[in-house]
Amino acid sequence: MSFVPPARPSDGSNDMTTEAEPRTSAAIGGMGHSVKRKEDPRFIRGAGTYIEDIVLPGMLWMDIVRTPYAHATIKSIDASEALKIPGVLAVITGADLEKAGLHWMPTLAGDKQMVLPTTTVMYQSQEVAAVVATDRYAAADGVAAVFVDYEPLPVIVDPHKALEKDAFVLRPDRGPDKANNHIWHWESGDRAAADAALAAGEVRIAEDIYIPRIHVASIETCGCIADWDAVRGQMTLHMTSQAPHAIRTVLALVSGLPEQNIRVITHDIGGGFGGKVPVYPGYVLAVVASLTVGKPVKWIEDRSENLQADSFARDYHIHAEMSATKEGKITGLKVKTIADHGYTDAAADPSKYPAGLFNVITGSYDFPNAFVEVDGVYTNKPPGGVAYRCSFRVTEAVHAIERMVDILAHDIGKDPAQLRMENFIQPEQFPYKTPTGWEYDSGNYGVALQKAMDMIGYDELRKEQVEKRAKGELMGIGISSFTEIVGAGPSKDFDIIGIKMFDSCEIRVHPTGKVLARIGVQTQGQGHETTFAQIIAEELGFPVGDIKIEYGDTDTAPYGLGTYASRSTPVAGAATAMAARKIREKAQKIAAHLLECSEDDLEWEPGKFSVKGSPDRFKTIQEISFAAYTNHPAGMEAGLEAVNYYDPPNLTFPFGSYICVVDIDKATGQVKIRRFVAVDDCGNIINPMIVDGQIHGGLTMGFAPSLLESITYDELGNNQAGTFMDYLLPTAVETPRWELGKTITPSPHHPIGAKGVGESATVGAPPAIANAVVDALWHLGVRNIDIPMTPQKIWAILHEKGIA
Amino acid sequence: MTTHHIRVTVNGTEREADVEPRLLLVHLLRENFGLTGTHVGCDTSNCGACTIHVNGTSAKSCTMLAVQADGTDIKTIEGMADGATLHPLQQAFWDQHGLQCGFCTPGMIMQSAWLLGQNDDPTEDEIRAGISGNLCRCTGYVNIVKSIQQAAGELRAAGQAE
Repeated sequence: MSFVPPARPSDGSNDMTTEAEPRTSAAIGGMGHSVKRKEDPRFIRGAGTYIEDIVLPGMLWMDIVRTPYAHATIKSIDASEALKIPGVLAVITGADLEKAGLHWMPTLAGDKQMVLPTTTVMYQSQEVAAVVATDRYAAADGVAAVFVDYEPLPVIVDPHKALEKDAFVLRPDRGPDKANNHIWHWESGDRAAADAALAAGEVRIAEDIYIPRIHVASIETCGCIADWDAVRGQMTLHMTSQAPHAIRTVLALVSGLPEQNIRVITHDIGGGFGGKVPVYPGYVLAVVASLTVGKPVKWIEDRSENLQADSFARDYHIHAEMSATKEGKITGLKVKTIADHGYTDAAADPSKYPAGLFNVITGSYDFPNAFVEVDGVYTNKPPGGVAYRCSFRVTEAVHAIERMVDILAHDIGKDPAQLRMENFIQPEQFPYKTPTGWEYDSGNYGVALQKAMDMIGYDELRKEQVEKRAKGELMGIGISSFTEIVGAGPSKDFDIIGIKMFDSCEIRVHPTGKVLARIGVQTQGQGHETTFAQIIAEELGFPVGDIKIEYGDTDTAPYGLGTYASRSTPVAGAATAMAARKIREKAQKIAAHLLECSEDDLEWEPGKFSVKGSPDRFKTIQEISFAAYTNHPAGMEAGLEAVNYYDPPNLTFPFGSYICVVDIDKATGQVKIRRFVAVDDCGNIINPMIVDGQIHGGLTMGFAPSLLESITYDELGNNQAGTFMDYLLPTAVETPRWELGKTITPSPHHPIGAKGVGESATVGAPPAIANAVVDALWHLGVRNIDIPMTPQKIWAILHEKGIA
Repeated sequence: MTTHHIRVTVNGTEREADVEPRLLLVHLLRENFGLTGTHVGCDTSNCGACTIHVNGTSAKSCTMLAVQADGTDIKTIEGMADGATLHPLQQAFWDQHGLQCGFCTPGMIMQSAWLLGQNDDPTEDEIRAGISGNLCRCTGYVNIVKSIQQAAGELRAAGQAE
């Protein structure tokens, strides 16, 4: 695919007009400064420490035998030839695990998943046996020499077929009471009220929208080194995890090892995007292997294993109905969805939300009534339902509502921007309670959309579209005015396997005024070593260069639920600010002691306390730090440390408006994104440079499934996109030149007013692109095109319409 | 399995190894020589995380055998900086926020260095085409392009000063 270069400068630079001046000096580098990243010096030299870079003394390699069949009975496994290969030490099968009761493991979603099968394989590339050897080549030789005799079984890849009455039962292990392929039903909102609204609607639209299976495909695959020390009874697990503490607790519960003797270390992680949240069989097998052989065992996935067997995202079959007045005032929404989870529900959603936060589907609009229901279904596919750079099914929800709003606008002949403006929740309505139960914290949707329209020159583009259409050219303009829901979450509603979704920060100020802070979240590229230092710099006035951030070692970091669903800044960022404020309170007492005045007589500015009215009488935070260890007041504990476990009072609701302009090549069906303007509002900004970078990346991961990426299966369950030859990640050539703008509407309940930004663009971009493509083809009678909108798919439509 | 004795120059240092004929060059660098800055991100030569220079030409080291590199001069990301002084591309990637998780970065820098050796004043389209064999999942390439533009300018200025 190629693209037409935009007319305006396209360096991706942001529009800074709405940003406030930073409160701290550049030397301190608090919030609002584009501080260069502290983690980069090691990465640009190739001196990062990713999992595959770690070598331990005596370390062995593990590789995995996988099934070519999507559903089959295992008649026998013969490892005798493999065990003759020099360097091959052991072959672990399901039968071996069964003896220890380890052949199944619990999933985070309350289902169970095979570590290794004992009788039946359930999806192509499922793990069948593990080979442990002295090096990676010997392990691969061993994998090739393990002979598995399979008896193929019928395959179901379509969740609708899985729900048919005569469908075979994929999971007989669930017992006779559950002799079907239905996992769960979940609903939200008021069914009767939504039905009544739809029945009374002057205008009523309905659409089937499919969001296909996709894969995060971080450039680093998954892997681990399990290191069992039998003498000390210590298991150290070096691994690619977005949630190391949760892994430690799960491992303690499953293995029976005492939790203090389990240490999970994540090191540098080469991208996460949700794919490194789940517990994969490979991790467990490496642990078992290390326990078995008493040596460190390393397992690193190949890319094809990663694409074929790791958790997937999306795979939502959505049927949406919406009602409105004939003027276009929205009155009701009803959504029924089939969720394809593969052969087990291994999603990583909060316990109470098996369909994630999908009921945020009323979006940015003032819906008086809404009802949403989702049914989870088993198929012969790998476990699905993890995120693809999005907070718990929010992308699916946003895509559906933004498509529906656009269809409504086109149906009644109203400009899609105008229809959105007339239906937005208005600024004075916040905090706003949605009909599905969420309380949006803050928003100013009309301003964001107007800004995007101004940046792209919306009215001119509409005129151009009319002219182009008259000439038979296909040009479309698409809008997405999304609202996200991130920062899980308040402990009253949010937990994963019972552990509440708080997060944490521990700060230690050393005598010389240098700071070590440890956080419960994890970075996979977001730049926490920089941004969390900036939060502390903002709160305490230490220069950002004097603050070291650590994470990802469960022996040292405070407990936290990890980084996904854009929760780092909303939850752990808040914990960091709150811990810093505890330190400032103590610093104020020490300053009063040093300045021989009352605490109330002091005033704070970043980096020092001074006596009110006597600005020359002050103590710097560094002087106070030293005094905390050398001259603290009688009766006060020495030292300057604080810990905070932050339980957010609400989620945060970032939003934005995106506008995309496409031109479609009638001869090839190729969609060319001419321009894409993204106006984001993530509340207060810690580091503008990093926020822009997150949006650039998020937009690209929104663009990817819109036009390129999807994982499909043939009727035998063969993965049709199991390598990078077939699963098309965008290169620099296809990726549009993003144009960014922003508005700032702080979160009223977050200590620093931030909302989180890592996933907004991935969530918001696809419907802008889809709406643009459908807008270009609407006059031909096209109402919806499911993503990815490949040239083949578009060409077929044009051909059918007699255009191509 | 039989082994072959090979000699290579890596970042200016001569090195030798006895290797199986099937050993990938990237594994020679990473596992035999401990140069873990060169990464592996796929098994189909698509991602470019393993990009190095072999005799001055950009090469995907997962797609070469170590024995094929016998007698060659190899440069990896570890050979780019001059002591404490970063290569202009390394400095530019840092200045322009041209990396996030950092996993594709060494390959991206090596490919960019080769690109600028071929064309010291590339257009944006030429830069994008020049790095299209290197996948980045984090940055959307925006700041990678800016980084390469910055480095190109600095390298041209340095060339003029010489």
